[in-house]
This record gives sequence, C-alpha cells and structure tokens, in this order.
Amino acid sequence: MFEILLNHYPVLLKGLATTLVVSLSAIALGLVFGVLLAFGLTSRYRLVHWPCGLYRSFWRGTPILLQLLLVYYLLPEIGVEIASISAAILTLTLNTAAFQAEIFRSGISHIPAGQIEAARMAGISVWHTRRRIIMPQVFRLTLPPLTNEVITIVKNSSLISVIAVTELIRVSEQIASRTFQPLETYLAAAVLYLAVNLVLARLSAYLERRMVGGLATE
Amino acid sequence: MFDIALLWEARGLILQGLWNTLWICFLGCLLALSFGIVLAALRLANPRIFGYPVACYVEICRGIPLLILLFLLYYGGPSIGLRLNAEVAGVTGIGLYGAGYFAEIYRSGFKSIPKGQLEAARMLGISPWHTLIGIQVPQMARLIVPSGTNQLIVLVKESALISIISVDDLTKNATAIVNQTFQVIEPYLAVALLYWLIIELIARSGYALEKRLANRQPRQQGATPHANGPEALTAIVYPPKSDG
Repeated sequence: MFEILLNHYPVLLKGLATTLVVSLSAIALGLVFGVLLAFGLTSRYRLVHWPCGLYRSFWRGTPILLQLLLVYYLLPEIGVEIASISAAILTLTLNTAAFQAEIFRSGISHIPAGQIEAARMAGISVWHTRRRIIMPQVFRLTLPPLTNEVITIVKNSSLISVIAVTELIRVSEQIASRTFQPLETYLAAAVLYLAVNLVLARLSAYLERRMVGGLATE
Repeated sequence: MFDIALLWEARGLILQGLWNTLWICFLGCLLALSFGIVLAALRLANPRIFGYPVACYVEICRGIPLLILLFLLYYGGPSIGLRLNAEVAGVTGIGLYGAGYFAEIYRSGFKSIPKGQLEAARMLGISPWHTLIGIQVPQMARLIVPSGTNQLIVLVKESALISIISVDDLTKNATAIVNQTFQVIEPYLAVALLYWLIIELIARSGYALEKRLANRQPRQQGATPHANGPEALTAIVYPPKSDG
C-alpha cells in the first residue's frame, strides 16, 4: 500500500483533487438550490410545495447511480452535449439539493414562530426575514446533518468513475490494472477518502463549537 | 414517447434484476443488522478493550465509499486468497458497510435510555443480564426504529453499486436493456420506479412499526402519568420468567 502511495502519489492526488472539486462544487450549488427548495417545501401554497415534495421524493428515493446514468445518457438524447464532469456535477447537485432541502426544512421548523411573527409586525419583508433572521440560525442548527451530507457527497462522488470522470476511484482502477496490485491500490484510495472525511468532520466540529454562542433563543 | 411495449419485452431482465436486488439487499441488511449488534454489544460490554477498535471500524465505514469496499473485496480479495463471486462480495460489502452504521445506531439507542432506570434495576436486585434483555434491549429497539429504517433505505439505494462489480441487479440489467434497445428513458425510469417502490415500502413499514411501538410506550400515552403507569412499568421491569 505504501509503495503504491509513494510511487503513484501525483496521479492519486490529482484524482483526489477532481473528487474534491466535483463534490465541493456540487455541495455549494446544491446549497443554493436546497435553500430555495426548503422554502418551497414550507410554502403554504399547494401549487408550490407539492412539486417541491415530488422533486425531493424522487431524488431521495432512487439510487444516485441510477440518477447519474439517467442524466448522463438522457441529456444527449434531448440534444444537450455535456462533458462527463459537468454531468457528474449536475447530478450530484440535483441529488444533494433534495437532501439539503430536507435538512433546511427541519431547521426552519425549529425556528420559533414568534420570531417570524415579530419580524412581520416590524414590517420586515418576507425575503429579508428569511435572509437575515431565519437562515443564519438554520445554518447553525443544521451544521451536524449538513456535515454528514458533505461527507456523503464526497463518498458518493466515487460513482462518477462510472461515467468516465478520472477521479480517485478511476485513477486507482488504472493504477491497479497497471501494477496488478488491486488490494494495495484500493487500500491507498480508501485511506485518502478516510483522511478527507476525517478532516471534514473535525472542521465541522470546530465550527460547531465556535458557533454555539450565536444562537438566538425564545 | 414512453414505450411500455419495450418494457414488456424486457420483462425477463427486469424481473431477474429485481429478484437479485431483493435477495442481495435482504441478506446484506440482515448481515449489517446482526454484525452491527455484535459490534455495539462488544463496545457496551467492555468499553476498555473493544471501545477503540469498534469506534475505528465505525469511522472507517463512515469515511470510505461502499464502492471502494466492494472493489477491495472483489478485486483485492484474490491477492490474499479470498475469492468471492460477485453476489457474495456484494452481500458481504453491504453487510460490513452497514454494520458500522448500525453499531452506531444501536449505541445511540442504548445511550438514550435514562441512567436512573439502570440504577433502579440494580437497586431492585435485577441481574445485569435481565436488565439488558428486559429493560435495555426493548427500549433500544423502540428508539432506533426511525434511524434504523433510514439506514436500511440507504443500504437499498447503495446496493445499486453492486452492478459495478458485475452483479446482474436492477441497475445492471437496466443498462443492459439500454444497450440493447438504445432507449434510455424507459428502462432507467422503470427501474427507478421499482427502487422507489421498495424504499417506500420499507419507509411505510418502519413508520407503522414506530406507531405500533409508540402506543406501548408508558410515558407518552395518556394525559395523566398514572393512567397506565403501573402495569406498563411491570411489563418493562420484570424479565420474562422463562429466562430464570
């Protein structure tokens, strides 16, 4: 395992970089989409919350591998030519948006209704209330499940090797077939994944400790 | 646009895939549930010896993708003399991977039981074994239904990965149909719908189970604390007689 790491670290690190770029851009894009979707889910208009619920149900209820294949093969069918890496980011974004929306929705439901009523009484507009009062608190409340979602997406990004994106798994497959040492190679890749996810978990624990003071209570 | 006839012609492949997905998921989840309880029990029984290894195992399961685990078992196994066929590698991978998550779920279930109950049990002279079987396990089982259901759903969805190590499951057979017919939408959507059905079924059963078990919870039922307190309490505190 160590020889593999030593001999092939430039390629492995390059694969790891692709993994990180894809997953983190999906997380960031999914965050924006997820927040909007969460407001859609909590909307009192049936015409808004019903389609949002259907979207959430589909993207949370089917395997991400299937979603990836569907997006990757469907887009050219309808005349959209897209690089495999963009298809990967798009799928992961659409997927994580559904999961993040659910996380934010539960966060929003934990904000005391009195705060929102007070904001309305004070004449603060709906979007201003969301941006300045609801969301800052929701981010703090939902940091632990959000971290889990980030880690899940980093792990799920391993699937994009299937549509020929040269991320960490794909790179290890190439190394394994060249060196005939699959066990060592995949162990090396596993160690890299583990390291990234441990760092992410630690980072989130640190943020959580720092943010604890800032939560408004009833 | 949506061609049902195409699906009807390919029904053999779809049904074969469904069957393979179902039994591999079933065995994988069973392995995950049982190995998970072993891990949690070891950690609970002797935290000094098993605490750290089990915690490491849990961290590894959380930190690496299932795909890597499957590759290690299926492609890496032969290097150390472990030759598994794809189906067995799939079941083992899902089981080992899920066990890490379930160990943590069981542990959080045990941890949410108030300490006072265990102290009271010890005060009443109930043996540790009876405390475990009669007091801790039933409550833990009730507490973990929601998170356990979630985890089962995650495992069923992740089971799509076994198609990558060449198991003829739903996903692999859907891709086979796509390759034969050059139609993308029908096979993948039909298969997505089947996964959705399986998952919905698990979610509904979990929810029903949760509701049924909640009715038996002494604390949450009834407005007055003593309405059904005593008999519910005896049901929990006294271990079954046959165990003695």
